[in-house]
Amino acid sequence: MDANPEQTGGATEAVERVIRAIRERFPDAVMEETTLASGWKALVLSPKGLRDCIRLAKELGFRAFYDLTAADYWEIEPYFHVLYVLHSPDPPAKLVFQVRVPREDPVLPSIVDLFPGANWYEREVYDFYGIRFEGHPNLTRLIMPDEWIGHPLRKDYPLTEEPVQFKGHIPEKLPSEVIPKQYEPYPDRARDGDRSGGKG
Amino acid sequence: MSRERVTRAGEQKRLEERIRHTSREELDLQRVGVDQETGRETMLLNMGPQHPSTHGVLRLVIELDGEMIVSCKPVIGYLHTGIEKECEYRTYHQVVPLIDRQDYLSPLNEEMGYVLAVEKLLGIEPPKRAQYIRVMCAELSRIASHLVWLGTSALELNVSSVFMYCFQDRERVLDLFEMVSGARMFPRYFRIGGVMRDLPRRGFVESVRTFLKDLRRNLQKYHGLLTNNPIWKMRNVGIARITAEQCYAYGVTGPILRATGVAYDVRKAFPYSSYQDFEFEIPTQTAGDAYARYLVRMAEMEQSARIVEQVLERLPDGPIVVEDPKIRKPHPHRGLFVPPGKSYVTVESPRGEKGYFVASDGSNKPLRVRMRSPSFAHVQALPLLIEEAYLADCVVAIASIDPVLGDVDR
Repeated sequence: MDANPEQTGGATEAVERVIRAIRERFPDAVMEETTLASGWKALVLSPKGLRDCIRLAKELGFRAFYDLTAADYWEIEPYFHVLYVLHSPDPPAKLVFQVRVPREDPVLPSIVDLFPGANWYEREVYDFYGIRFEGHPNLTRLIMPDEWIGHPLRKDYPLTEEPVQFKGHIPEKLPSEVIPKQYEPYPDRARDGDRSGGKG
Repeated sequence: MSRERVTRAGEQKRLEERIRHTSREELDLQRVGVDQETGRETMLLNMGPQHPSTHGVLRLVIELDGEMIVSCKPVIGYLHTGIEKECEYRTYHQVVPLIDRQDYLSPLNEEMGYVLAVEKLLGIEPPKRAQYIRVMCAELSRIASHLVWLGTSALELNVSSVFMYCFQDRERVLDLFEMVSGARMFPRYFRIGGVMRDLPRRGFVESVRTFLKDLRRNLQKYHGLLTNNPIWKMRNVGIARITAEQCYAYGVTGPILRATGVAYDVRKAFPYSSYQDFEFEIPTQTAGDAYARYLVRMAEMEQSARIVEQVLERLPDGPIVVEDPKIRKPHPHRGLFVPPGKSYVTVESPRGEKGYFVASDGSNKPLRVRMRSPSFAHVQALPLLIEEAYLADCVVAIASIDPVLGDVDR
């Protein structure tokens, strides 16, 4: 069927080509090259070289904007990980750029002028994480109300919840405390694993 | 008429201007009113958030010049439930019911993305039987979702009989879900490592076959009612056009992209859950308007029916969940521990390419679950579709992108 190796091979080649070009043109920007657990290549970039790399990737065929999101690594390291996912229509391939932003003063350059579709995504990340995108035309809250205080998806923003009442009986534990967060009882695996990259 | 195209060069220029227009300036309230120089008068209209044609709670702030839409600003967030935050406080298995509740019209496609992402982190692959069952459920879910789209988009143009027929058919798909999982709308049927339980021994396969037979006949009926209907064509042909390049710039995928002539489908491009074992086509159209999207979705339902039939023919015997007892039956007070890492998986949901990003820190709860929803990208691109069109066509445009607001706001 159409999962032919030719197509997948072409996709891998396209990704490799872009990564080679970025490494040649902007060797300082690339900090690390990893593979996500799902198999996509991810380049860990420095915030300064981010725009140049994205522009180059766009010129080299990754011209469809796909996703922009963030994750808060509080308690592990004082950084947000911001992910940019670009898509190449021909051959179909995905490329992930990953940037680490300090939690104290999170600022990134905006890419709205390169990809107009990034507009809402940057606003969403600003809304939920408080990461400011410099050069964004209208960096306001998108999903939360305008007067909202705080950025809800940060790990230090508490989850508001109330016990689930069942037939008049109110349990002592909150829903998220019924099974508390815990690490696997193997000491080597629990705390020292490779947290930044994928499995590889 | 704004719908006519003068020259190709002119069109290209206009297109570039429009991309820039919607990305650089937001709707300026100061601009609304009488323009002293040109004498043009515009007014502001709030459509929604409780407008029946917005498929939920979408609010459109529309600037109107007569009946022509000058600019439009979608306002979202009315259905924000904080699912992404909630997921970080639940164990990996407890997240699945939450996933169901964002795109409530095609829950099984959503579950597929999440469980695949977690399985990639664990480095496991479910047994073949489970994969085939998942494919069948996802395709039935796609049919159900497209039937809701067809019914509501027809209802918006006052074709209420099609609405009734479609919901009748959809109800039968929900009955099938009830047979396999016990729940109609939110089946929470997929588990990490497989599915919750096996298909019912008696009556299920026959029910699916009967349903598919009736669906095929009914699709012919819908084609007969709508496809060549002059009113339907008048309201849909040439309305809400979008080009492939605009789709790329705004991350628009799924039937909207395929209606512009791009044969991109995640099931073919990055096959997951054994989709490569089945034969199906990617229906495409080239016009890029609402009518093309209608034809694409109608053809997709037929292809989905084809896939389901192939699954029923080839369904292998065997286990339905992985052997590993830690994954199959996680500890009731501890849950499942997932090795640290990041995983990003995309699946083809009825609305477009749905992405799931799951980050783990090695504990029993995910560090981050991100749902990249196609509806979010499509609602963002909505101004491209309806600016410089008539207000009445706005309803058609919203129906043709088929947004689910639970998916947009999450």
